[in-house]
Amino acid sequence: MEQIPILKVGRCLLVSIQIDMHDKLAMALQDDLTQRLVETRARGVLIDISALDLVDSFIGRMLSNIAAMARVLDAQTVVVGMRPQVAITLVELGLTLTGIQTALDVDRGLALINRLIDADGEDGAGGAH
Amino acid sequence: MQVERTSTLEVRTPEDVVKVRQEVRNRTAAVGFSLVDQTKFVTAASEIARNTIDHGGGGRAHIETIVRTGKRGVRLIFEDQGPGIADIKLAMQDGYSTGGGLGMGMPGSKRLSNEFYVESALGKGTKVTLVRWKSS
Repeated sequence: MEQIPILKVGRCLLVSIQIDMHDKLAMALQDDLTQRLVETRARGVLIDISALDLVDSFIGRMLSNIAAMARVLDAQTVVVGMRPQVAITLVELGLTLTGIQTALDVDRGLALINRLIDADGEDGAGGAH
Repeated sequence: MQVERTSTLEVRTPEDVVKVRQEVRNRTAAVGFSLVDQTKFVTAASEIARNTIDHGGGGRAHIETIVRTGKRGVRLIFEDQGPGIADIKLAMQDGYSTGGGLGMGMPGSKRLSNEFYVESALGKGTKVTLVRWKSS
């Protein structure tokens, strides 16, 4: 069965979406990530979408849902690598990607996520937002 | 207006939506759309293809290469035999949704197209036509 791999790197879960996802696969990724967050007690989720040539409302909603669920599970989400044409299209489509932090590439994304985790307190004790 | 080429795809499963996206990508690239314009129209197609499944119970997509007064473009026609849209004006408003979505599909797709038409009758289904021209 198709599955998008989720890697644990330090305090983070790393996902790189490399294929044109159909909606069921996007839903499965959302569920898998939530489960892995609980299992690994990771504090961050980094989603690399540099290979995606489209983000429509469904994928946008999936990204927002992941960020919201991660937040509830005391983890920060950063989306990296959005292609310029995808960004232009998203804005015209009217999507705002609520609750999602973005960075240009994986390096900057990891740096951002680590800053966010540190600002939040190592054990999540400072999680008042 | 002249239709140079048509292909028809079934739109019934989430995998079919991906196939529609790929065909629209190939067709807009072949006509010479810029990468931004390709992405806009593929995204519009994805939204309407999903509506065809979620609201129309599945249907068909006709993907056409067209020529009008020397301009080339791509026309997409999505047809279903579903329940139809009760109030098209309402369906075209940002944020209006009956399917639990974000309500961005119809108005967003219209913004991503040069021409956008909806024909629908209750109990008889819906036909959505999208056109985007190659920018000169």
